[in-house]
Order: sequence, then C-alpha cells, then structure tokens
Amino acid sequence: MPNVSHFERLPMRASEPVTVFVEGQAIKVDSHDTAAAVVLMAGLVPSRTTPTSGSPRAPYCLMGVCFECLLDIDGVANQQGCMVKVRDGMQIRRQVGARDIHEPRQEPTT
Amino acid sequence: MTETATPGARIADVCLIGGGLVGMAIALGLQRNGFHVAVLDEGDVALRASRGNFGLVWVQGKGDTLPEYADITRLSARLWSTFAASLQDSTGVDIQLQQRGGLYLCLTEQELDARARMLGKMHEAAGGDYPYETLDLKQVREKIPEVGDTVAGATWCPEDGHVNPLLLLRAMTERFKAQGGIIDNTGRVETIDPRPEGFRIRARAGGDWDCARVVLCAGLGNRELAPQVGLSAPLSPNRGQVLVGERVRPFLDYPTGHVRQTGEGTVQIGDSKEDVGFDSGTTTEVMAKIAHRAIRLFPLLRDVKLVRAWGALRVMTPDGYPIYQASTTYPGAYLVTCHSGVTLAAFHEGPLADWIASDRHDPSLEVFHAERFTL
Repeated sequence: MPNVSHFERLPMRASEPVTVFVEGQAIKVDSHDTAAAVVLMAGLVPSRTTPTSGSPRAPYCLMGVCFECLLDIDGVANQQGCMVKVRDGMQIRRQVGARDIHEPRQEPTT
Repeated sequence: MTETATPGARIADVCLIGGGLVGMAIALGLQRNGFHVAVLDEGDVALRASRGNFGLVWVQGKGDTLPEYADITRLSARLWSTFAASLQDSTGVDIQLQQRGGLYLCLTEQELDARARMLGKMHEAAGGDYPYETLDLKQVREKIPEVGDTVAGATWCPEDGHVNPLLLLRAMTERFKAQGGIIDNTGRVETIDPRPEGFRIRARAGGDWDCARVVLCAGLGNRELAPQVGLSAPLSPNRGQVLVGERVRPFLDYPTGHVRQTGEGTVQIGDSKEDVGFDSGTTTEVMAKIAHRAIRLFPLLRDVKLVRAWGALRVMTPDGYPIYQASTTYPGAYLVTCHSGVTLAAFHEGPLADWIASDRHDPSLEVFHAERFTL
C-alpha cells in the first residue's frame, strides 16, 4: 500500500487520532473519518469486487448512493463504508464478491 | 386502393398496442409469420406491469378452475426453453431461464392442506398427468436446507421455474427491432377507427398509423381500447409490492411463490395482493408484512439489507384468466390480455401469434372469450 496520501486535511474541527485495521494492518486515522475515506487513504484499491463479474471497484460517490464502497466491517459484510464512521479498533476488510448469508461456521476448538 | 395515407401516416400489416411482455412476445410471433409489425407503446408514463413483475415461470395451481388455462400454462412452460435459447441466439442476451421446479412454502398445516387438495383436484382433472408433490418440512429441507422451523411444508412442481423479466423484455425488444420491427412510443393511443380496409390508429402525439390488423396488448389500457373495436376488457388493477435485497451468495436453488434469488444473487420478495385502484405505490405496512413472512420462511434473511421496493399493478379479469378474442364486429382486431405475461410469453410467441397470423377461428380459444363474464 502506498504510504503517501493525497488526502489533505483541513483544520475544521477538533478530532483525535483513532487506530483502525485495514486488512489487518494498523493505521492511524481521524475520529471523523468514514471507513470509505480510510480505505482510500490506505490505498486499498480495489476495496471490493462485484458479485457477478468480479470487477474491481473503489469508493465513489461518498454519500450513500452508489454502493461502490461496500466493505466488510468488523465481520459484517456489505457495509456502505461511506456511511460508517470509524471506531477505535475497527477491522476493515475488502468485500470480495457477494455476501454469504449462511451462519458463520463454528471454528473447531483445538 | 382507394385510401390515401394522410401526410405523416404510417403503414404496417399489424399494429400492436402495448410494448410490454405480452405485446412483444406476440410481435415476435407475427414477425416469424412474415408480417411487418409496428408496436405502439405509451412510453414510460404507462403503468408498466412488465417492469414490475416477479419473474416466475409458474405452473403449479394455475387453472385450478379452468383446465384449458392449466393446459396453455403447461404448454408455455414446455415451449420456454426453446424460446429462451432462440432469444439468446439472436440477441446474445441470457435471460436466466431456470426450470428445475419450484416450491410454494406454507406456514400452517391448513394452508398446506388447502394447496395439496387443490393440486390433487387438478391432478385428477388432468387424468393423472399433473406432476406435483406435497412435502413436509423434512422433505422441503432436502431441497432447501435453509427454510425456517415454522414452515409446515410445501407443494412442489417440477415444471415451475423463473426468469429475469427485465432481460426477457430487453431481449424481445432487441430482436423485434433487429428484424425490422418499429416501436413508436410517442404517446398513448387515443382512438382506433375501423375503416373499410383495416384500421386507423391515432396516438396523442406523433402521426397516425394505418394497418390491416390491430392487436390490443395494452394491459389495463385495454379497458378503453377494446370497446372501440367491438370487444370488451373488464379488467381491474391488483397491486403487488416487491422488495429487493442486496446481492448475496447463492442460497436458494429453486424459486418459491414468495422469495426467489436472481442469477446475480439478488433476493427478491413479493406476493402481496391489494385492491387499491391505480395506485402503484408502496406502503410500509405491506412491505413489513412481506418482509416478516420472508424471514419466517428463510430466517437467514433476517439481516439482509433491502435496497429497493416497488409496487406494480396486475392486470386482472374477474376470474383471473386471460382474454383471447378476435372481434367479429371488426374482423382483424384482436384482444390479448392476461395476468401471467412472463409464464405465457412462450405460448404467446408461438401458438397464439400463429392463431392471429392465420386469422382463422380457433374453437379451443373460445373458453377465453370475454362473453364468459356476461353469461
């Protein structure tokens, strides 16, 4: 992932740094950021693949309309990343294809 | 020829009024018979049942009080695979036809018993040639493991299936145009004037059309058009609301009467019935009911997100069966109206279009004449 962000922050309101994980990698972000902003900043492109053709996609409209920013957030698939604000410790992952709605399989205990 | 076309008038062998699933299927069948066909369509302000339906190619239970309707439904289901293949050959559009059987899930024993009795009677009326099974919950789960504990059972018919109705409409329209068909959607048809040599059709906008034959396929719009050519179309709207969920991985191998999964993974939920006039809107109350039933049938849908909902108006006769009729007052005028434009599309493109093309009386269609409502 590139470590130089094209995001320029304007000092508009007080915020505090929050640590989230993008594909398991810790990244410090602003408490006002959305999950979609975070994946753009982290360079997680594509941030999803489509259910039918597997075509690569990334956040686009950033206002809840286009559904291009679907992400797996804290284990819940198909979240609109632009509509979800970050929380400390949030786990953000790519949405790969369609969501599986079957109950998550219990991991065998060893 | 004594008639002279007025400036701007256009001429076709057949003018078909209504460019929905019914109209386009018949238009293709008439082209196959060598006719030059024009489809006059109201445009996107129309009620558009063909854009709002559920997409089932459904056999079980249809025609329980009219064996002839059960017969044409099953005939259409048999013709469907050839029809879909030929659409794909000519347009490249895969309309996602799947006919592996379908289930009607019931939540109570009473509901299941009533359906089993109805299908039993149809089986008897068909002399034993009517495939269906009544399944208990355990048997249902052999086909769909995900159904909920509160499901009493289901009726199963191996001839049921589904299709993507929007792709079907698109494929038929593309093929019609590629074969030289004309679609004129400059406005609602206002009048049909029977003339010595056919008909002159006037639309609200655009020019007139002159044609030797006219076929009314305008859905609820047939109510006003039919009397102009000596026919009657006592139709009323019945609203269905449809919910559409996000795309998920395949979980449902068969369509059911209330829930189906499209080829792209979209979850589609429906089957509400309301008499609310010409209001094609949605209501929270009915959407909640539809969603609640779907979750009882399939608990794993509990947190599936809904992305769209719509209402659409079914085109219903008093008994729910089609009207197929040729005008005797004005020969060359035909009325074709039905509720099941998807299921019957293959029948409409085939035998029904051949009947219109032949212009001969078909006694087997008399049972679908509108006189049955006045007798």
